[in-house]
Amino acid sequence: MGARENILQAIKQNKPELVAAPIIAIETSTGNLVQQFVITLENIGGKVCFVNSMEEVKIELQSSMSQEGYIVNTIASLGAINAEINNATNAFALEPVYKAYIQGHLAVAENGSVWLDEKTIINRLLPFICQHLVLVIHADSIVANMHEAYKQIKIDAAGYGVFLAGPSKTADIEQSLVIGAHGARSLVVYLIQP
Amino acid sequence: MQRVEHSKAAEIFNIDEPRVDWHDDTLWFVREKRDKAAHQLPEWETLRELASQIKNHSLSNLDHYLEEFEMNATKNGITVHWAADGKEHNQIILELIQKNKVQRVVKSKSMLTEECHLNPYLIEKGIEVVDTDLGERIVQFRKEPPSHIVLPAIHLKKQEVSDTFHEHLHTEKGNNDPQYLTEAARVHLRDKFIQSQLAITGVNFAIAETGGFVVCTNEGNADMGAHAASIHIACMGIEKIIPQAQDLGVFLRVLTRSATGQPITTYSSHFHRPRAGQQMHIVIVDNGRTKQLGRPDFRNSLKCIRCAACFNTCPVYRRSGGFSYHNAVAGPIGSILNPNIDMRENADLPFASTLCGSCSHVCPVKIDIHDQLWKWRQILTAEGYVASSKKVGMKGMAFVLAHPSIYRFVGKMARWALTTFPTLLANRKFNPWAKQRELPIAPKESFREWFLKNKG
Repeated sequence: MGARENILQAIKQNKPELVAAPIIAIETSTGNLVQQFVITLENIGGKVCFVNSMEEVKIELQSSMSQEGYIVNTIASLGAINAEINNATNAFALEPVYKAYIQGHLAVAENGSVWLDEKTIINRLLPFICQHLVLVIHADSIVANMHEAYKQIKIDAAGYGVFLAGPSKTADIEQSLVIGAHGARSLVVYLIQP
Repeated sequence: MQRVEHSKAAEIFNIDEPRVDWHDDTLWFVREKRDKAAHQLPEWETLRELASQIKNHSLSNLDHYLEEFEMNATKNGITVHWAADGKEHNQIILELIQKNKVQRVVKSKSMLTEECHLNPYLIEKGIEVVDTDLGERIVQFRKEPPSHIVLPAIHLKKQEVSDTFHEHLHTEKGNNDPQYLTEAARVHLRDKFIQSQLAITGVNFAIAETGGFVVCTNEGNADMGAHAASIHIACMGIEKIIPQAQDLGVFLRVLTRSATGQPITTYSSHFHRPRAGQQMHIVIVDNGRTKQLGRPDFRNSLKCIRCAACFNTCPVYRRSGGFSYHNAVAGPIGSILNPNIDMRENADLPFASTLCGSCSHVCPVKIDIHDQLWKWRQILTAEGYVASSKKVGMKGMAFVLAHPSIYRFVGKMARWALTTFPTLLANRKFNPWAKQRELPIAPKESFREWFLKNKG
């Protein structure tokens, strides 16, 4: 308790005279957002698949489920959502997840990221603990840059949200880029064309 | 233990010349990636100016923003703690660990926790903390501090990482493949995440308007820990506050481009409320920051967003390495932050510079780093922390330069000595100026002498 008062008091005494906050007014580029998103995401190790509808993704999901390991779907329009997954599912139960399908409602062209919030991902750990991540977005949900993104989202609408750009990675060993650190080893984005 | 001052540490570092060249090239490569990313944005300089102004504004209203943040964070269900210094910060974390009977702790990158020496403190109390950033885990195994605030193991070659992993993770001896080694770390740390009971993270930005905070990683380790553990403690310096969510648009555009040349980190996680059944805590730390805030010449250093662009560009850092700075935060920014905390210990740091100004040029928040380095030198000299030989030398030089006839005399003597005693002057033990330099051949006359003869 003492620390709080001391710190605030010290700040009041030591801070400089008030200066105004600037106005953030950045001109938004008018290029081809889809193209920019795709090029940027592929540069950072993600893969983009163009599709015409959710139906095509549904087919891919069903094919995955019949072949690969433990698949988790969180997208209602793709089919059954795994009933055993909810926001309380713990790390032990999620560890075996091989692939997770999640829908994004906003994407950013300048950096290839997709905004995912707690409601869409169902469980906060899911997009990180799965070995492979699949995101589905609509082409018209792509905005130019972060300024536009923050205009459209309310960051505290959900208790947690993340801008997710590509598969996890590291270059901590002699600056050699390795895709697949602690998060997903790969990222595929299904881009539903308008 | 007496700390080794920067120039001595750098001398030792420079004995292995090929190694220094490698370290230099590696960091310059990161600088080049930053340039490529920055130059792709026509609005880059505008963004720097905005980032700088937002931080200027925040610092001038810091108390109100901290109070606003605390109010909103508390409403969100986050418990807010305040710590005057590193000791209190460590104690708060220890209490939470003990109160909740926690045994397994994971930590993602937080320079603040390094600054507070959290890990050694907890180890002393019998609590093991696993650093989960790959670079930090490597140096943790090696019992070294990180040498760079963004790239903790940048000073290590892959053979060294391989040897360390062979010893601690039983990877194949001699297998240096980064992919193989990263995979081994993934498997090892995955287990730690899943078993963790308490996760400690840093804070890149804390937003007053919404009472939440943002953590940026490429590896996903902060999230793996925070979402698996039932307790999440986030640690932040008071200066990490930004006013509004929209400000994140500016900062997230400049942070990673400045740090590694990427448009954004793989994960930019926004935490507002604990998940159901989880405890979320934030520790707000002063540790000398309010004092720095009170120094008009140096308060701008508090704008720092810890991108390390200044490290990567600094010719001295590149060729002396992070350990030469004997602090958690090294490089140019460290050299203007650390003297505030302990002038005696860190009097050497502002002199670890050629004042080239490259740091100020790349700083995304426009900290006048090189100006502050110079200003610290004045203070440190006035306080008596600078070697008297330097003071005497500077006074002597000032005297000579202020008296033209003496200047001319000294010049004449120097030309005579260079011509008459070239070998003696070239001797490094006798003339430190000759350590890394070849001395010139003295001209027959000074420019002034030539000019007077030829001006017609």
